[in-house]
Amino acid sequence: MSSNGSKYIQGSTGPWEIVIGLEVHAQILSNAKLFSGAATEFGAEPNSQVSFVDAAMPGMLPVINKKCVEQAVRTGLGLKAKINLFSVFDRKNYFYPDLPQGYQISQYKSPVVGEGEVLIDLPNGETARVGIERLHMEQDAGKSLHDQHPDHSYVDLNRSGVALMEIVSRPDMRSSEEAAAFLKKLRAIVRYLGTCDGNMDEGSMRADVNVSVRKPGAPLGTRCEIKNVNSVRFVGQAIEYEARRQVDILESGGTITQETRLFDSRAGETRSMRSKEEAHDYRYFPDPDLLPLVLEQAWVDNIAASLPELPDEKRARFIAMGLSAYDATVLVAEKESADYFEAMLAAGADAKASANWLNNEYFGRLNKAGLAISDGPVAAAANSAIVQMVSGGVISGKIAKDVLDIVWAEGSDPRTIVESRGLKQVTDTDAIETAVDAVIAANPDKVAAAQAKPQMVGWFVGQVMKSTGGKANPASVNAILKKRLGLPEEG
Amino acid sequence: MALPSNPTDFTLAEAREAVSSKKISSRELTGAFVKAVETARPLNAFVTETSDRALDMAVASDARIAKGDIRPLEGLPLAIKDLFCTKGVRTTAGSNILSNFVPPYESTVSQNLWDAGAVMLGKTNMDEFAMGSSNETSYFGPVTSPWRARASNAKMVPGGSSGGSAASVAANLCLAATGTDTGGSIRQPAAVSGTVGIKPTYGRCSRWGIVAFASSLDQAGPMTRTVRDAAILLKAMASVDPKDSTSVDMPVPDYEAGLEAGVKGLRIGIPKEYRVDGAPPEIDALWSQGAEWLKAQGAEVVEVSLPHTKYALPTYYIVAPAEASSNLARYDGVRYGHRAKNARDIIDLYEKSRGEGFGSEVKRRILIGTYVLSSGYYDAYYLRAQKLRTLIARDFTQAFQKCDVLLTPATPGPAFAIGEKTADPVSMYLNDVFTVTVNLAGLPGLAVPAGLTAGGLPLGLQLIGKAFDETTVLRVGRAVETAANFTAKPERWWRAA
Amino acid sequence: MSVDKDTVRRIAKLARLALEEERVEPMVQELNGILNWVEQLKEVNVDGVPPLTSVVEHGLKMRDDVVTDGNVADALMVNAPGGEDHFFVVPKMVE
Ligand SMILES: [Mg+2]
Ligand SMILES: [Zn+2]
Repeated sequence: MSSNGSKYIQGSTGPWEIVIGLEVHAQILSNAKLFSGAATEFGAEPNSQVSFVDAAMPGMLPVINKKCVEQAVRTGLGLKAKINLFSVFDRKNYFYPDLPQGYQISQYKSPVVGEGEVLIDLPNGETARVGIERLHMEQDAGKSLHDQHPDHSYVDLNRSGVALMEIVSRPDMRSSEEAAAFLKKLRAIVRYLGTCDGNMDEGSMRADVNVSVRKPGAPLGTRCEIKNVNSVRFVGQAIEYEARRQVDILESGGTITQETRLFDSRAGETRSMRSKEEAHDYRYFPDPDLLPLVLEQAWVDNIAASLPELPDEKRARFIAMGLSAYDATVLVAEKESADYFEAMLAAGADAKASANWLNNEYFGRLNKAGLAISDGPVAAAANSAIVQMVSGGVISGKIAKDVLDIVWAEGSDPRTIVESRGLKQVTDTDAIETAVDAVIAANPDKVAAAQAKPQMVGWFVGQVMKSTGGKANPASVNAILKKRLGLPEEG
Repeated sequence: MALPSNPTDFTLAEAREAVSSKKISSRELTGAFVKAVETARPLNAFVTETSDRALDMAVASDARIAKGDIRPLEGLPLAIKDLFCTKGVRTTAGSNILSNFVPPYESTVSQNLWDAGAVMLGKTNMDEFAMGSSNETSYFGPVTSPWRARASNAKMVPGGSSGGSAASVAANLCLAATGTDTGGSIRQPAAVSGTVGIKPTYGRCSRWGIVAFASSLDQAGPMTRTVRDAAILLKAMASVDPKDSTSVDMPVPDYEAGLEAGVKGLRIGIPKEYRVDGAPPEIDALWSQGAEWLKAQGAEVVEVSLPHTKYALPTYYIVAPAEASSNLARYDGVRYGHRAKNARDIIDLYEKSRGEGFGSEVKRRILIGTYVLSSGYYDAYYLRAQKLRTLIARDFTQAFQKCDVLLTPATPGPAFAIGEKTADPVSMYLNDVFTVTVNLAGLPGLAVPAGLTAGGLPLGLQLIGKAFDETTVLRVGRAVETAANFTAKPERWWRAA
Repeated sequence: MSVDKDTVRRIAKLARLALEEERVEPMVQELNGILNWVEQLKEVNVDGVPPLTSVVEHGLKMRDDVVTDGNVADALMVNAPGGEDHFFVVPKMVE
């Protein structure tokens, strides 16, 4: 990754570099849990989606869900990673009320997915590479509720046993922006793949953030791990706070203790998790209730063959269609916008015009209304029709915006609106000439001014457009005006 | 077939014939066993008696028999080791921590038995979490063997951990019983109680619903009075279970069919390393006798070598406690089982509940297991033990290139008196010296009663087979049984109580 | 290798087992008895020997992604020593 000076943070002793690695827990999209047949839906009644296996009743045994394995492999392939045909489930032993077995089934020494990469898109238009160290499958824990009773905590095991992918990055990020870009890109990839819904509000994706600081060029510093940060914004805030905290400690002569910290989003700060007074000793060993996971290359190849086009490939294809790198990046950032864009093209609109229209008009309106693309009131076919009417000279760009407003509010077909409300662009030269002559006749003083100062022609264009209700073809208006005023054709 | 006059003296096969041909009703047969169980309470063989349920099941079986709808174990009363979860019937694993646990589900093995028409007499006593070789670690007190040494009133152990099942079968309190075997817990109590017990190949019986001790070693199996009965019961217990990832997809053969095929032409391996220093001469003599019996019936006897045999027990005492320390973490007083009163906080709740709930042998093994898995010790202990396990399993693979089945002693000696060996854990562990190798290698092992010591206590021989070759093991076992003609039965001294 | 009283206390803590102070010293003896005995495994050269974690030779069987279980909250609570409104209840925990 290119290190550029602007990423450094300034301390009293000079610049410091932030080194960031992420461990992202992403909930695998599946109907049933990783090792039991209980459902995975969000927000169910307490302990309703719990089987005897999930509650670790005596004698209960895990049996793996094939779909979860497939999803993990699919994600690995999407991360351009090595798929390990032999992987092993281990037990990570510790006691906690939301961990009924007293161990989490995870993959420690032999994960199902090895090294891969994610290309991240930076705000300055650059692309950077973040290495993926591994991806492994594991079980989620249940949930403890602490605010229901003054002396008791309540345990709900609905999440217990839900399948997670833990995706571990290399410490390749150097700023909170890069970390945010990584998380966004990872979320886009799993959504494209359909392996995780990426919904951070519901906990479907959460990140453990490893942060250390060092003087540029110095060896890696001691890191702190900030656990379970559950939004892209908080990841950025946590990194900023933590890096500054570490720089302050180091510059005042202190040392960083490797520890686990929590991000308090209300206070905007990270805090040491004091409750972990004893050192962890997880006593990992292969789970004797499970056998090694052995995959066939042909099965993996089948998954690879069914992989959808991913953001990077889609972006390259969009650029090849004539889109700017910026427009292409914006469109592929969310699968829904890329799909919407492609639906417009499928309905007949031009790529570049559609991209401009979406990025300049439609997405802005959605944003303002606080709507996701899937909840927007205008169908891709409707926006496609508007763009096609503009390209075909049926309506002007200005009228197009009015048509969009009408479709947004009323939901009717844009072609019908243009037809029934007489919004078609006037291309009839006689009618435009009549309107031009009328404006010239009414403003003799401005004529002289325009002949002296040709930029003034714009004022005349505006007047003509006004008098034609915006329907006159602006190019024709411009040409006729220049002729009538005796101005040169070009200029 | 001439049936014994007392129905509790029936073998399983005899009872099957008598009940299905309506010579006796299941109700009558079950009633006799219910009475025997009640009379034998001084043995402490049962943790929970389910007499009412047994009689109900028997009546239901009689109704099916009347309609001619007869399943393989129709109306036959069995005892179930208290490690198998039984729906609606308390399942304790011999532990205080589960002393009030009533499972809302039925283990696959016991369900298979009920589906075959069997009747449940109750749950048998056992070493706590199956950790023991003498049934003295049970929270519900030791089981007393029905056997006594000649001219002695000393209370003897029935072996363990399936000691309640062994005592019940030996004392004719049931037709047969289920056991589980992690390091010898079926074969060792069977041998010292003069009964038959087989630990099938790992993966043959489902572990689903059996309280786990050491997952990579645990296997369920039958405990019976004859080899034929073991064949019948194993067929009913075994299945391919989609709920157990380690259950192996192999059809269950009809073990009974090949039972009388004899041993002519079979090669019987005698592993020389099983001749251990300090073993009673009676053991060696019986072992040689066993080889002679088989030779006399046409088998070829060959010496084989299992060079890593002496490392099997120490390997086992790393692997089994390691797995157990993790398997027993779920007993934390949160969702079921014993919960300590007045806990200050969650950690206190865990420590007190587990401290009060587990007995000392279980604690010892949890601590050993935790230690050998802990940071800095994993490679030296656990990983090394797993590698030894590979070598032990390889020994068997090589030996089976030279023979079809192995013949060994089942135990290093006869039953001992209650309390005699409890002081020294390692000396207690040595009881499993001949049985534990089989668990480490996942192979089938059968204990057959073969004789009495000079003091009048039973001794058994063990047959070890290739993976999933229970058929040959049982067939050779039948040959040993025929030759040994072991007819001794314990005096029914407990009836006086 | 052998254990001392501190090690026994540390393991007991890790295993969440209350161990009365008077049981610590006897436990040290018992554990060392077992550990000294298993020490004989060191005699064996295990270089290049793969560990055996399961004797089953096939790979992991997989099930289909179908909801077949759950909705047993009542049955889950039957044995719960502290259960309220389908929740398991424990002493208050502080994060
Ligand atoms: Mg992690
Ligand atoms: Zn994780």
